[in-house]
Amino acid sequence: MSVTGAPQPIGYSRTPLGRVAVGLRWIALFIAVVLFLVPFYLILRNALSTEADITAPSWTLFPRHLQWGNISELFNDAQVPMARALYNSAVVGVLGTAGQLLLASMAGYGLARIPYRHADKIFYAIVATLMIPAAVTFIPSFIVVSSLGWVSSLRGLIIPTLFSGFAAFLFRQYFLNFPRELEEAARVDGAGYFGVFWRIVVPNSLPFFAALAAITFIANWNSFLWPLVIGQDSSSWTVQVAMSTFVTAQTINIHELFMAVAVSILPLVLIFAFLQRYLIQGVTQSGIKD
Amino acid sequence: MSSKIADPAATGERRGSRRAASRTRTRGITGNTRMFWVFVGPFVLGLLIFSYLPIIWSLVLSFFEAYNTVTPSKFVGFQNYVDMLTDHNFLSSLGTFTIFALFIVPLTFALSLALALLVNQVKVARAFFRSVFFLPTACSYVVASLIWRLSIFNGVRFGLANTILGWFGIDGIAWLSTVDPPWFWIPIVTVRLWLQLGFYMILFIAGLQRISPTLYEAAYVDGASPGWQTFRYITLPQLRTTSVAVLILNLIAAYQAFDEFYNLLGNVNFARPPLVYLYGISLGTIQDLGHGSAGALILAVIIMIVTLLQSRILGFGKAGD
Repeated sequence: MSVTGAPQPIGYSRTPLGRVAVGLRWIALFIAVVLFLVPFYLILRNALSTEADITAPSWTLFPRHLQWGNISELFNDAQVPMARALYNSAVVGVLGTAGQLLLASMAGYGLARIPYRHADKIFYAIVATLMIPAAVTFIPSFIVVSSLGWVSSLRGLIIPTLFSGFAAFLFRQYFLNFPRELEEAARVDGAGYFGVFWRIVVPNSLPFFAALAAITFIANWNSFLWPLVIGQDSSSWTVQVAMSTFVTAQTINIHELFMAVAVSILPLVLIFAFLQRYLIQGVTQSGIKD
Repeated sequence: MSSKIADPAATGERRGSRRAASRTRTRGITGNTRMFWVFVGPFVLGLLIFSYLPIIWSLVLSFFEAYNTVTPSKFVGFQNYVDMLTDHNFLSSLGTFTIFALFIVPLTFALSLALALLVNQVKVARAFFRSVFFLPTACSYVVASLIWRLSIFNGVRFGLANTILGWFGIDGIAWLSTVDPPWFWIPIVTVRLWLQLGFYMILFIAGLQRISPTLYEAAYVDGASPGWQTFRYITLPQLRTTSVAVLILNLIAAYQAFDEFYNLLGNVNFARPPLVYLYGISLGTIQDLGHGSAGALILAVIIMIVTLLQSRILGFGKAGD
């Protein structure tokens, strides 16, 4: 049996040496699974423990009495505006994703289908922005956003992130391969570009939209550097910024912080549970979303 | 007014009809042009304001003194660039990055490929294994850093890493503050591995599934032994495109490392990647946006050069699979 290569099942083998190899592979897989799940175990354990249990010198595998009260303790902590932060993250996640998809899909469709003399030049101008490493733009973007007076505001958090050259590029490639016959039929019925796009193209592209929406929402929810730069006032903190501030505070309540972690990953775990198919599609289609 | 010298009245019927035809055609094109801008315009406008304008503004600021302001105050020529390129802290942040990349890029490549091969060969519960390795992608760097910092590598007795060392009778280690030996690299590297391996594994699995099984069958007929030989001569070459993409994405992402360094170590001078340093000087207590802009542009140029070199060396864009 090969260690690598052809998709041969690893459940069985004819030769004794092969059987050892199969066994080793199962052991490797098992160790990897344990290592990957340990952090999730720690989140649950710490979130539902008392502080004393966590800091005890001997390891408590799991709290005997689950401390559900940690939830209300977290939301009643005046020092960390957790409810506000969740609200901000939800707004940023939903509006940011919807806006980015709307703008990029329309731009992508226009570039793919509407004849215009300078369309190529516009397309290159969009692709050129992909050359600029995203993270080094935080200082330049801060300069523009702060002169607009958008620091510490939801506008400042959302609007500058809406114009993703990469998403527009992906949509253009996708629409180039969209079956023209569907569009022609609608055009014969008298629909213009707008009607064709909204009534034919979008409804027939929902899996693609769902895939991009899933990865964009996750990226927005988890993004840290830009919200940190913009959120100079606690009223505009996202969940990530709130948690980060929490950990650098003078006194840390570990159980409370881990409850915050548990609450903050809940929406994404739900997305993973129900939309994983779209998510994996999104990752393989884009390949470049970090 | 005088531009309409060619009086329409002077033209004959034949020319007139041609003109009318061309007018309808023009109207059709103007209609298209308008629709094009309805679709593409809002996006392009946003891109101008939030991508192009910042870069230009930053470029201008990089030649000026700009403390606590976004308006250029005093022209200093290339002084900001000279300062940054001779700034010991900035240069050492590039050194920190280089060490980081030397660890993270090969490890991510090898381990995500290994996971993909393992998962791809499993017959039972394949979806379960794939989900387990992919699930950390749901966590942010902040979340992962908090788990690493407060529960695994916290350097006190109740941390998981030190608890396990204790079972073997080994003294606990102050993981995040020990510089000699540089133990802090272990949490820094493992946190990123945990977060991103599943993502690259998915890319590799997609690549593996595109390889035609007939290639392997042909190799077996030709007497190739399954295992290292087929991996070396079929699997690896067939994964070329995916491999190149993974390496390039990985290196670009490593250059932009910020979240885990910021949340695990803070702004410490022994391990500060470029972005943490730039964040510190441009958005810290003194907002020095002149030097910050110069540093950001230097970094952008370095990333672009390295990316181009890497693509050239790895032969990206060549006709491949």
